Amino acid sequence: MEDKILLAHGSGGKLSHDLVEGDFVPILHNPLLAKLDDAAVFELSGRLAFTTDSYVVNPIFFPGGDIGRLAVFGTVNDLAMSGARPLYLSIALVIEEGLPRVELDRVMKSVAEATEEAGVKIVTGDTKVVNRGGADKLFINTAGIGLVPPGVDISGSRARPGDRIILSGSIGDHGIAVISQREGLQFNVPVESDCAPLHNVVADMLEVSGDIRCLRDPTRGGLASTLNELAQQSKVGIRIDEERIPVQDAVRAACELLGFDPLYVANEGKLVAVVPAENAESMVAKMRDNRYGTRSAIIGEVVSSHPGRVVMTTSLGASRIIDMLTGELLPRIC
Amino acid sequence: MRFVDEYRDADIGKRLINRIHHRSKRPIRLMEFCGGHTVAIMKHGIRQLLPPTIEMLSGPGCPVCVTANADLDKAITLARLPEMIITTFGDMLKVPGSYSSLQEARAEGNDIRVVYSTQDALDIARKNPSKSVVFLGIGFETSAPTVAASVLDAEKEGIDNYYVLCLHKLTPPVMKALLDSGEVRLDGIICPGHVSAIIGSHPYRFIPDDYGIACVVSGFEPLDILLCVDMLVGQVEKGEPTVEIAYRRGVKPEGNQQALRVLDTVFKPCAADWRGMGVVPRSGLALRERYSHFDAGLAFEIETEPPLEPKGCLCGDILRGVKTPPDCKLFGQACTPVHPVGPCMVSSEGSCAAYYHYGGSDGG
Repeated sequence: MEDKILLAHGSGGKLSHDLVEGDFVPILHNPLLAKLDDAAVFELSGRLAFTTDSYVVNPIFFPGGDIGRLAVFGTVNDLAMSGARPLYLSIALVIEEGLPRVELDRVMKSVAEATEEAGVKIVTGDTKVVNRGGADKLFINTAGIGLVPPGVDISGSRARPGDRIILSGSIGDHGIAVISQREGLQFNVPVESDCAPLHNVVADMLEVSGDIRCLRDPTRGGLASTLNELAQQSKVGIRIDEERIPVQDAVRAACELLGFDPLYVANEGKLVAVVPAENAESMVAKMRDNRYGTRSAIIGEVVSSHPGRVVMTTSLGASRIIDMLTGELLPRIC
Repeated sequence: MRFVDEYRDADIGKRLINRIHHRSKRPIRLMEFCGGHTVAIMKHGIRQLLPPTIEMLSGPGCPVCVTANADLDKAITLARLPEMIITTFGDMLKVPGSYSSLQEARAEGNDIRVVYSTQDALDIARKNPSKSVVFLGIGFETSAPTVAASVLDAEKEGIDNYYVLCLHKLTPPVMKALLDSGEVRLDGIICPGHVSAIIGSHPYRFIPDDYGIACVVSGFEPLDILLCVDMLVGQVEKGEPTVEIAYRRGVKPEGNQQALRVLDTVFKPCAADWRGMGVVPRSGLALRERYSHFDAGLAFEIETEPPLEPKGCLCGDILRGVKTPPDCKLFGQACTPVHPVGPCMVSSEGSCAAYYHYGGSDGG
């Protein structure tokens, strides 16, 4: 077996078949994919959620995850943010010629583990190989569909004054994990990506109350950009409290060193929810029982003043406007 | 987190704020020289917490902002030379020169790389012996020693494809130029923290002695700045201006002797072109004769068009403390961090960027 991916692996010929049938299908084992038909056919009824995302993270392996895990959980989380229960995913690989087979296998095993953990199935896929320099190691696209439970109506435009803002844990972990790996920075306490599936946290929240106004996962652009999107879409103001936003010490230290503000650093396993005030406390309590929500907290509220803007109360008691991220803080973070 | 949390303690902060309110009787005007201080002040909302007697102005201490367009144009022209790799701190990329920016030059396919230290730039030179590698030497006394050290390393190792475009600026001479211009009346100066870690606090002695203005060196955490303001208020109220340090964990009165020796070995003072202030004598650094073969300005023929200043941009006035960002008609309208007209909106230490990000586009 070749130890590197060759252009022929994407040719549709013998090597392509060997790769897909000999490698991918056994790793991802599920009957729908194993049929190897041009399209997966299955039955579903209800309200569907459908999403897609491409993953170009550099490096493809980083502390706490890799591009495969990210590609599964990223799409699972996009579905979860509509309240959907994720079901089926597609996966498309764009591989740069010369990628070591062991690296590709490691990524695909990680994809399989992630689908197992998230309880979703990869039912169709595609593989392309481009010549050296045509891509950087490996790009992955996944698309996914899920079912939205009846009565659930989550949208960025539904925040109302008086609602509470919930954050499911510490911010900035993913961005700092990737940048420290990429730049060869070492910290006493290594920062691991928070890359994780969030649909079970959302299911727990929906158990407390079906009335979740907005849900977002603050990925690129960080918490600050997500809150700005919500404020603008809902035409409301948002006030958050600096002291209530959890940031790990190692992430804070890295941000100090690199000149970043954790509010703008990417997350891959956190969610922001806007919920009516009366359900906020019980929702946070329930979220804290979930392994992916142990540091959940109410970090602020929706207000009627300064519509479209996010204002933070600093620990000294002053107010500071939190703007949307401008420009690119860290390229190719996911 | 040690060395950070203790300088952000809310209780001590509130006590300091109370003390300042209690002690500050007469209206005074303070200038923070350094862009890092402007950002910290805006970010922590410190202006809102001070009594109405204290007016705060921002000064020229943003290295990217004070770089003249003519010098930016040189850097961009260098980037377009064949077999050239430009290495720079990231802030420089987006700054608009007269006709283009390094970012645009990079998009044209020129090799421009962001580095975190001059040692990274040296590494690039080692790994690309067939190319010329130029480091853009921007910054005050803070960053100049690391550039000097890289020149010494390159000399020792015999690296002959490493160059520096030397645009370094010096703090005390420009402070003097600013005070001599008489454009702004000041009662106190928040002296830069990192610059002072290198040069110490002695070089500011002339400010209280010759101009009767209080000076306190400050760190960058909220408590550092509040303590500094409190000490400045104390000096002004007593009518005894002097030089003090509110940043003792970082700054010694005599500075960092080793860094100063390295600086003096490699560089000599020269006239420098400042945005907003023009040419100020002995306010910049040039490579000494012995190291002039590392000077990108001499090694390459750099021909540029006459520099142009963007119409309506008040960066120059803002850098002198004569105007504030909201005074500028372009601020938050034609000039935003996404579409910057002047450098003060681009740099992470720029006043306009600080006002825009932390004060909102109305600056309020």
